[in-house]
Amino acid sequence: MAQAPALPSGFELPLEPRLPRIGSVDQVAVEQRASALATRSIKRESKLFALDLAVRMMDLTTLEGADTPGKVAALSSKAMRPDPSDLTVPPVAAVCVYPNLVPHALDRLRGSGIKVASVATAFPSGQVPTELKVEEAARVAELGADEIDMVIDRGAFLSGHYAKVYDEVRRVKEVCGAAHLKVILETGELGTYDNVRRASLLAIAGGADFIKTSTGKIQPAATLPVTLVMLEATRDVYEETGKKIGVKPAGGIRYAKQSVQYLVLLHETLGPEWLTPDLFRFGASSLLNDVLMQIRKERTGRYQSPDYFTID
Amino acid sequence: MAEVEKRQDRSPVPSAFEYATAPESRDIVRLEDRYGLFVGGEWVEPRSTEFAPSVAPRDEEPLAEVAYAGAEDVDLAVSAARDAFANGWSDLAPSERAKYLFRIARILQERSREFAVLESLDGGKPIRESRDVDLPLSAAHFFYYAGWADKLEYAFPNRRPRPIGIAGQIIPWNFPLLMLSWKIAPALAAGNTVVLKPAESTPLTALLFADVLRQAELPAGVVNIVTGDGRAGAELVKHEGVDKIAFTGSTEVGKEIMRAVAGSGTKLTLELGGKAANVIFDDAPLDQAVEGIINGIYFNQGHVCCAGSRLFVQESVYEEVLAKLKRRMGTLRVGDPLDKNTDVGAINSSEQLARIKELVAAGEEEGAQIYQPPCRLPEKGWWFPPTVFTNVAQSYRIAQEEIFGPVLSVLTFRTPDEAVEKANNTPYGLSAGVWTEKGSRILSMAQRLRAGVIWANTYNRFDPTSPFGGYKESGFGREGGLHGLEPYLRFDQ
Amino acid sequence: MSRLPVKKTYKLYVGGSFPRSESGRTYEVEGANVALASRKDVRDAVRAARAAFPGWAGMTAYNRGQVLYRVAEMMEGRKAEFAELTGDAAEVDAAVDRWVWYAGWADKLAQVLGASNPVAGPYFNFTVPEPTGVVGIVAAEEPPLLGLVSRLAPAVVGGNAAVVIASEHRPLAAVTLAEVLATSDVPGGVVNVLTGRKRELTPVLAGHMDVNAIDLGGATDDVAELERIAADNVKRIVRNGDGQSPWHAASFLELKTVWHPIGV
Repeated sequence: MAQAPALPSGFELPLEPRLPRIGSVDQVAVEQRASALATRSIKRESKLFALDLAVRMMDLTTLEGADTPGKVAALSSKAMRPDPSDLTVPPVAAVCVYPNLVPHALDRLRGSGIKVASVATAFPSGQVPTELKVEEAARVAELGADEIDMVIDRGAFLSGHYAKVYDEVRRVKEVCGAAHLKVILETGELGTYDNVRRASLLAIAGGADFIKTSTGKIQPAATLPVTLVMLEATRDVYEETGKKIGVKPAGGIRYAKQSVQYLVLLHETLGPEWLTPDLFRFGASSLLNDVLMQIRKERTGRYQSPDYFTID
Repeated sequence: MAEVEKRQDRSPVPSAFEYATAPESRDIVRLEDRYGLFVGGEWVEPRSTEFAPSVAPRDEEPLAEVAYAGAEDVDLAVSAARDAFANGWSDLAPSERAKYLFRIARILQERSREFAVLESLDGGKPIRESRDVDLPLSAAHFFYYAGWADKLEYAFPNRRPRPIGIAGQIIPWNFPLLMLSWKIAPALAAGNTVVLKPAESTPLTALLFADVLRQAELPAGVVNIVTGDGRAGAELVKHEGVDKIAFTGSTEVGKEIMRAVAGSGTKLTLELGGKAANVIFDDAPLDQAVEGIINGIYFNQGHVCCAGSRLFVQESVYEEVLAKLKRRMGTLRVGDPLDKNTDVGAINSSEQLARIKELVAAGEEEGAQIYQPPCRLPEKGWWFPPTVFTNVAQSYRIAQEEIFGPVLSVLTFRTPDEAVEKANNTPYGLSAGVWTEKGSRILSMAQRLRAGVIWANTYNRFDPTSPFGGYKESGFGREGGLHGLEPYLRFDQ
Repeated sequence: MSRLPVKKTYKLYVGGSFPRSESGRTYEVEGANVALASRKDVRDAVRAARAAFPGWAGMTAYNRGQVLYRVAEMMEGRKAEFAELTGDAAEVDAAVDRWVWYAGWADKLAQVLGASNPVAGPYFNFTVPEPTGVVGIVAAEEPPLLGLVSRLAPAVVGGNAAVVIASEHRPLAAVTLAEVLATSDVPGGVVNVLTGRKRELTPVLAGHMDVNAIDLGGATDDVAELERIAADNVKRIVRNGDGQSPWHAASFLELKTVWHPIGV
């Protein structure tokens, strides 16, 4: 069925697990496909389904220098009960914080079923010696984080040192223990869709459970076409190896309408079995309130005001 | 907030991502019960006294009664066109002519939704296509040619371009309004007047277009719209008062027209059928190439003369491409043309459906392997699921004859030479597609493929600036671009 | 008792807005106080034009044509106002028609000016016109509207952004045209209109190192000196003359030729 993958020089891969061919991506066509999918008209019951799913897939995020236990406490409350006036709105998938705030988040969320995700590996730049990045990941795993979001070394990637990128993912995966590993590609720095596909396959080869678009600290962050390229890469991995890798667009998703478009993308690229927080997450913060507003609008028929939704 | 808490009838969240119906309202269209012919700027009763309903392919609902012109009606229309030409239109300053065409373009843009809904209703194509492709392109065609009306000497330097006179134009049912624009815009820009014969099964947007002409205040008789069937078309072709015939339709009818005007001196352009090869090399970006295949044959239900109906896949990627193609076919939504989520609409007529079924049956009989994704087709109306045939030999009918439906035939090749040879091995030559990352190979294939339109790493892209037309039995003459003006002009040399 | 009219203030048009001159100066002309632009206004206008250029040049030719046709629609709507300012209704009609004429060239210039070149080798070779960038235009003193339209339309139709120095003695038609542009979906900065003393402003524009081409047709002073100053960054000196022609648009366009091998 498959042929040996064509590899750029300096990129050594074990043959097991086998990987799909790297290949290339046509920019015009992929952007057109993404915008065509974005014209799907999702109304009424199907819109409610999508909005409910969007909440359940959300990694509610705060990654600021100014984060405090108080801030994380407020965010955690929001995560558990996004809309206090409508208890049918489900809790989110996870809360995502910096390592220092992990114990506070765990404290607040214990027993809720909501995961605690932490960034690691000198987020967001990754411009630090490998040993330190692996050490940071190990400590975060020790602290008890359920999920670890690492960054790839874009400097290494863009200068062609793919083996280094791969090794770092592999070594971080080794120290994750039970925690699941998301690998942030920082697609906004990669320059081309070809590179996004290449980085996706590299991260997956290294052991990523999820590939994630962005740190959210630069523009552009997640876009529909970039996410489509990553979904197609995971689809090829699944066809080739049977392994299901998750995708997380993060940053720049502020409106409920966008989240519905991402779900359409996921639905039509991978299929209904992939519509689960185990395989797709949104990295967002202000998105949640817009989704809540849209849910309430669907239920009451009235356009909503932000005044009626808590800011935590 | 309290009101939300108290609500007991909160709508439950469904358990699966089924897209709810998203119908575009048809209220925006106001149809008459009956239409006469549009001749000399007025609605007139047909001398033939013949009428028949135009029917919606999605459920066979009769939409309006439409006149079927006879010989006398065609003659009156040609006279009206002649009068308009001789008395004002041919003397009008070109920049004034341009302004009429700009008006028409702008009005089409303003009334775009109305026309899109009517086009989907009358013809069966998805509203998303008529809204996003047919209407914008139709308006753009008028806009583009408006700009040429007073610049002809730059398009044809030293040739003293002048109008021919009366153009008789016969258009098909697959892109009714767009084909109308492709015909009328350059004809008028060049200073001619027109008698247009829309397709029998899709007259309604042409008839609505007469209202655009009213709003644009186009002088009477410059455009005459004469509905009917093949008989009206034949009358127009043989009428001595017509200086030029432009025809888009089947190769079979094209040949008849050519025979009919032989020796008469009538200028002729033909845009006929095709059996385009869509060639996928092993280095093509495969997911995007699959999108190109899908677009190439399932866009507009495959009712496209330039459809990529023969897929040539390089053998080294055959399995992978087929797997991706079949999976992608499974996400195509076949259904109500007025639903915004529909990807594949209705087949235009019962005759066309019968032809598709006949050829598909032939394919199975000859030994090709058929695949159709599961899809629920509506009970009323005319429908055919997206279909792909594998194990196809070059000689099978499904690889030779134009099916004009959502049916793809897949063949393989090993080298570029083989691909070119097989792609060119057809009496048709309208279009072709090439998918490869390698620039030099794109250019080499483009150079060697005998087709009037070559799409590289894309498919079914149209633009008013881009000349379109065929080699060999796909016809002659070009529409679009500077070259699209030539058929409508007389020159000193 | 007759009604007292609200008098209009005539300001500069820079970056899509109507600021006063940064110098705060005005001069009285045609019965109104009109902004007297300074060298700093020229600087600001060039900066605005440069910022607007990529977006305007990046639009499809069709879109540009649409926007320019819209300008003609808006001009037509203001015909009476223009006729009063110019004193010549026929001039206004001619100006609108000329603008329409140029709008129709947007999606045709490449076909008339470009080419596919049959080089003697296995290469595909094609030439395309591209806008040069920011262009300076010194409008003729007369006729106040048609003179400006004849210089400006060919510059912008090809995708350039423009900085205009208007007629010094009859600037009101130019400012009114700027109002038309501002209401026609022309992106801010694509056209900038400065009113004031040509002697003061033209040398600044001619010497500006970030201006790619200059049409000195309306310059009233030492043209030779202006052309010498313009040489410092090899500005294209545009000499279009009167009338209308796609070659007037071509003088503001570069030509790029691309080669690619043909092979398997």
